[in-house]
Amino acid sequence: MYLDVIITLLKIAIVFGFVLNVAAILSWAERKQSAVMQDRIGANRADVLGFRIFGLFHPIADTIKMLTKEDWVPPAGDAFVHTLAPFLALFTALVVFAVIPFGDTLHIAGRDIPLQIADLNVGILFIVAFGGLGFYSVVLAGWSSENKYSLLGSIRAAAQLISYELALGLSIVGIVMAYGSIELDDIARGQGQYVLGVIPYWGIVAQPLGFILFFTAAMAETKRVPFDLPESESEIIGYFTEYSGMKFGAFWMGEFIEVISVAGVVTALYFGGWQIPFLSNQGVFIPGLFTIPLPHLLVVLLQVSAFGLKVLFFCWFMLLVRWTLPRFRYDQLMAFGWKFMVPLALVNIAVTGLIKYVF
Amino acid sequence: MKIVGHNLTTKESFYFFEIAKGLWITSRHFIYNMYFHIAHLLGKYPEVPAAVTIQYPEEKIPLSRRWRGRHRINARPDGSPRCVACMLCETVCPVQCIHIVAGEHPDPAIEKYPVSFEIDVTRCCWCGMCEEACPVDALYMDTGKNPEPGFSREDLLYRKEQLVKEMPLPGCQRSLNAPGQGPMEANPLGL
Ligand code: SF4
Ligand code: SF4
Repeated sequence: MYLDVIITLLKIAIVFGFVLNVAAILSWAERKQSAVMQDRIGANRADVLGFRIFGLFHPIADTIKMLTKEDWVPPAGDAFVHTLAPFLALFTALVVFAVIPFGDTLHIAGRDIPLQIADLNVGILFIVAFGGLGFYSVVLAGWSSENKYSLLGSIRAAAQLISYELALGLSIVGIVMAYGSIELDDIARGQGQYVLGVIPYWGIVAQPLGFILFFTAAMAETKRVPFDLPESESEIIGYFTEYSGMKFGAFWMGEFIEVISVAGVVTALYFGGWQIPFLSNQGVFIPGLFTIPLPHLLVVLLQVSAFGLKVLFFCWFMLLVRWTLPRFRYDQLMAFGWKFMVPLALVNIAVTGLIKYVF
Repeated sequence: MKIVGHNLTTKESFYFFEIAKGLWITSRHFIYNMYFHIAHLLGKYPEVPAAVTIQYPEEKIPLSRRWRGRHRINARPDGSPRCVACMLCETVCPVQCIHIVAGEHPDPAIEKYPVSFEIDVTRCCWCGMCEEACPVDALYMDTGKNPEPGFSREDLLYRKEQLVKEMPLPGCQRSLNAPGQGPMEANPLGL
């Protein structure tokens, strides 16, 4: 009994340690990656005793700056809700990791430890629900600031989030149909099958259109370029105008955590989760030919690191997209969401259903 | 005003191919630059730049030989300024920031010398007209130095005593009579 609690706490520690550290590093990676893409060098001036380690001290310097800045609440605003909103943003972004499986079941000392914090049987619904809850942090932040521009910004953000939530939910339906489960663990396991004996049956193979739709909608949910109208750091006034200090930092970190959680969900649903092609519990195998047995612990370790690497790859990819594309205009954003994404997601469901029916 | 519109072609209106093209361009830059950044860390290909950045305080771009920096006054072999207080620079200066008080020089061949010579760099617009006006090879702006910030206006008033001690930046020297340096082979203006 106690052991179960300890194991769960250990899993939480591992996952949160990974997520929070990667989030801090992402704030560094965003600067460095954009710099490398644009033939620049990027932030490298923060040094400790003359060591710069490629600017990796910048996230620490940022945190110190945010923590020591004045935390200002608008006098006319609602102090409680104003404080609540950034925590909600962090919470909703973090809690998604509770259901993402990051490895196959680990058999150790006669125990079966599923490498997933909470093995919910409605995993996908949980993700969609908490993704939708993130919208409250935006609305509450704008509303409690007692600033009409913040309020307008939050309404703009709310409209965007709700529109893309729809496309997001509809594009997941395709995956649910393809693997016949809404349990993330089952979906990850289902992606260990092979089409024609050689092609791994990953979500992207089963649902190529669904993947593109889901990824686009998920990027819109993270409120980053090309869908960054809710915040628009440089020109339009967004919902966190009245935030300062670490509360602003919480929104900022929340954004990076959302990037990681989107990367995690995309990996779990469309990129095989922890699966490595041609590596099963028995070891490396070429279908129909031979099998090289590997110890169980090594297999699990490889799978967990494969999951981590896939997540990091998608974080990289989302930064790449963020620094490549210009922003949508608001009418384009709405038209794209409603007239393009939602119909396509419906078509995707219909086609998936047809294929399932025929085969 | 003419509004130039561009209707998207069918292929463009799908966004997907255009996005893929854009991503290809940026990731190509990323991979190319990353390759050379890593190569530099390993000490390979140091001559291929991985970024266009110049890390300013440590690295500087070479100055043009015609670059106008802080002023200096050429000295005679005895160390006194070559200036003969002709007032040409004071007259030509568009912002009137040179102030000269002329005095009689004991040597009748020289006639005049500046009793005081001040350049108020808070007003100087670095146009270089004083340098061009000087008839006796005295005033130059080839020190290659930027004006330094100061805590008071006094700090930014460059006087004769200070100006005469300044040296030309090697390679940017424009006078044939610069202190301590021989005449240059190249055309002093770098033309
Ligand atoms: S550089 Fe131009 S503004 Fe400055 S002192 Fe000479 S003439 Fe005057
Ligand atoms: S133009 Fe030359 S010689 Fe005449 S006052 Fe100015 S520095 Fe002296």
